[in-house]
Amino acid sequence: MPHADLLGLIAFTLATAAIVAGAVWVVTLSNLFRAALSLGVVLLGVAGVFLLLKAEFLALVQVLVYVGAILTLVVFAIMLTAKMSDAPAAPRAGTRLPAAVVSVGLFAVLVAMTEPLEWPAQATEPVTTAALGQQLVTTLVLPFEVVSLVFVAALVGAVALATAGKKRA
Amino acid sequence: MIPLRPVVLLSYALFCAGVYGMLTRRNAIGLLLCVELMLNAAAMNFVAFSRLYGHVQGQAFALFIIALAACEAVVGLAIILRLSRTAKTINADNVNLLKG
Repeated sequence: MPHADLLGLIAFTLATAAIVAGAVWVVTLSNLFRAALSLGVVLLGVAGVFLLLKAEFLALVQVLVYVGAILTLVVFAIMLTAKMSDAPAAPRAGTRLPAAVVSVGLFAVLVAMTEPLEWPAQATEPVTTAALGQQLVTTLVLPFEVVSLVFVAALVGAVALATAGKKRA
Repeated sequence: MIPLRPVVLLSYALFCAGVYGMLTRRNAIGLLLCVELMLNAAAMNFVAFSRLYGHVQGQAFALFIIALAACEAVVGLAIILRLSRTAKTINADNVNLLKG
């Protein structure tokens, strides 16, 4: 096995450990602030997997947008609503077992569906960032523009929601 | 070059963790965190298959997922902040009024 492959496998194992541990913390910790920080661990692990899949641009976007923006926003929201989320943040006791059965069952079904499939050989040439950028302004230009429209709508909607009910100056 | 089957299995595990959280969490922000987990699982699956076939649109759609997740978090948190002012709770079980 070549040297780079072995290093890649080790890095993938580490990222997997971070993602699985972080995901378990996100759904089980009763302290929401800690759950949000574990979400950061998961997001960084996913960025690492993106890097290993030769999607460097997506890994950067993941770190910038998810860890940099979304997580900061979530942490702010948790702090702003902190006094309301002290007591009821713990999961309902009675729903844990059925929820575990549902999620483990879903995992088993997904694995059973895809395990017998034949996997084609991996493409030798990874997708380049240049190809991604070209695709975004040619074939996918319509979804790309629609996303910017959605951004404007989300911005206006968030401002309207957060300020509604206050007296206009 | 890492094998892709474990990546797909990892995305299944991430998605199922998100489903578990969606079913057990009561706090609205906690639910939002679980949605982010599931969106990340989907994005990881897209990127894995984009690598498998060397096809660029898988990565493009992962990019769209990240962008729309940002929008969803912004609007969701605005709704939660508004809810914390009007309903004085962010426990999703206690929000049972259409007009209040």
